[in-house]
Amino acid sequence: MATVTIRDLEKRYENGFHAVKGVSLEIRDKEFVVLVGPSGCGKTTTLRMVAGLEEVTAGKILIGNQVVNDLPPKDRNIAMVFQNYALYPHKTVFSNMAFGLQMRGYASAEIDKRVKEAAEILGIEALLERKPRQLSGGQRQRVAVGRAIVRHPQLFLFDEPLSNLDAKLRVQMRVELKRLHEQLETTAVYVTHDQVEAMTLGDRVVVMKDGWVQQVGEPLELYGRPANKFVAGFMGSPGMNFVDVSISESQAALWVEAKGLRVKVPPEAAARLRQHGGSRFTLGVRPEAMRVANAADTRASLADYSFNLEADVVEPLGNEILLNFRIGDVPMVARLDPGVRIKMHDQVSLALDSERLHFFDIETEAAL
Amino acid sequence: MVIEHKWKKWVFFYIPMVVFILFTLFPFYWMAITAIRPDGELYRTWRQASATPFWTLEPTLEHFKGLLQTTAFPQWLWNTMLIAIVSTIISLICGMFAGYALARLKFRGSEFLGTAIFVTYLVPQTLLFIPLADIIRGMQIGNTPWALMLTYPTILIPFCTWLLMGYFKTIPRELEECARIDGATRFGAMVRIIFPVAVPGILSAGIFAFTLSWNEFIYALVFMASAEQKTVPVGVVSELIRGDIFFWGQLMAGALLGSVPVALVYSFFVEYYVTGLSGSVKG
Repeated sequence: MATVTIRDLEKRYENGFHAVKGVSLEIRDKEFVVLVGPSGCGKTTTLRMVAGLEEVTAGKILIGNQVVNDLPPKDRNIAMVFQNYALYPHKTVFSNMAFGLQMRGYASAEIDKRVKEAAEILGIEALLERKPRQLSGGQRQRVAVGRAIVRHPQLFLFDEPLSNLDAKLRVQMRVELKRLHEQLETTAVYVTHDQVEAMTLGDRVVVMKDGWVQQVGEPLELYGRPANKFVAGFMGSPGMNFVDVSISESQAALWVEAKGLRVKVPPEAAARLRQHGGSRFTLGVRPEAMRVANAADTRASLADYSFNLEADVVEPLGNEILLNFRIGDVPMVARLDPGVRIKMHDQVSLALDSERLHFFDIETEAAL
Repeated sequence: MVIEHKWKKWVFFYIPMVVFILFTLFPFYWMAITAIRPDGELYRTWRQASATPFWTLEPTLEHFKGLLQTTAFPQWLWNTMLIAIVSTIISLICGMFAGYALARLKFRGSEFLGTAIFVTYLVPQTLLFIPLADIIRGMQIGNTPWALMLTYPTILIPFCTWLLMGYFKTIPRELEECARIDGATRFGAMVRIIFPVAVPGILSAGIFAFTLSWNEFIYALVFMASAEQKTVPVGVVSELIRGDIFFWGQLMAGALLGSVPVALVYSFFVEYYVTGLSGSVKG
């Protein structure tokens, strides 16, 4: 059990590559924090610095109020699960799990008890005498997790642990990891490039890009109120649609204008845009913030938020339909109700959900 | 698998394979048959009507008897064994640590050092024995087994270092990182995790080093003067060729006995040896 504090953490490699730039983070006790971002964003480097596998260029890392910058990995009382599992191929499953305890001089009765306990939690009691090469991917993953939990560390580190599993198994292990965390109540830092994993696992999610932290927040907060265009586009699949628009004023309201699109700016957003000034913005629309403008729906406001388009590729997924289309030259995707019947080249009228429009500064890409 | 015409398999696989096997094994057969052929058969002309050049009708052990009784062959065998084992152990230990350092540690000049070690391997022994002879004389270990136990590693260490460096690089870094998080020091992770995982590589380096020192000729010829200090390759050649007389039967008996230990070593470790040279490690 421990808090983790990261202050102004920097990592610059010898070849000059600046991997991590001033990352500060406060991880609470028993919290499950996910670092997410595209490859090369510095998330793994940050994790490895917390583990003690990379040297810190500048800044401080505290685990449970102790500065660990110069502490070797073995003295940090942490456990880590690697992407390729890193099971010791010459040892049996039992010895793999026991190794950390042996290195710390536990009595063999205690080792036996703890390994059996962990094996029971993970359902791998039957595999204890096998060698790693005799295990399937999912079983190896369980052993790797088991090896981490037998030590009862104060902090778990996960480096993309599910990336080598096939899609179905990944979903299953994701649920198991989350349940395990609830059960063990240990602080955990988890690195992934998969935003779905980040959203489902994290108590809080840290979105990184190019070595910078873009936003820290609870999953739904990141989804609903992204701090900038990058976070908005990264979270969610399909991602948020972006169109560069100009704003004009008429009938005492602001109007968004782009080629083939003219909709009203909702009042509260209008206030923010007025305050910010300027006439060009990026409009962000989540695929599910659009629906087919029904002729029967006669609400007066509907006309203000609807626009016409020609359907491009239609992807029926069973529980939903993805409708591809363009506004001007910009490709867009709408997520529609599966009952809707649309074919390619159909003329469709869509309505935007005025509550869920996002505006970003066109230069800084910050949310307004 | 798609079944092709049978004749294709014969022409492109079986026949070349048989030719190759005959080609490589024939000298060994010749060696063996000469070792057990009586002198009377060895020194007659091939054109004689009763000649049987490819086999013998009266196999004999007289050459082996002569070799073991009239020469210091058992002593040579012992010398060779001792020298080969000691220099292999020295080279393996140095090669394991040096190979690990070059594969894993980042330090200034590590790449240059790696290349430098390789370059020393390329310097031919025929040049090196001259300065080495001077050093051996200076250390006053000429004509003792130490002369060879200490000079063989000069060729073997670069070789072992390079072979093991390549092998260590195939071992996932995460294995030792995980060991270090599990509570081992860097040295502990190397000894407890990396070396056991690298056993195939270490064994193949060892077999190679053993064979090289077993067969080595020039250093053994130059640094060992007295008959009872010689190794098998030198002893057999220098004591069984007197002037222009070749004692073919004893020569071949000596060659046969001298190749048995190497053949035994290979046959015991052949599986490790193959994975050591070609395989990689999965985590």
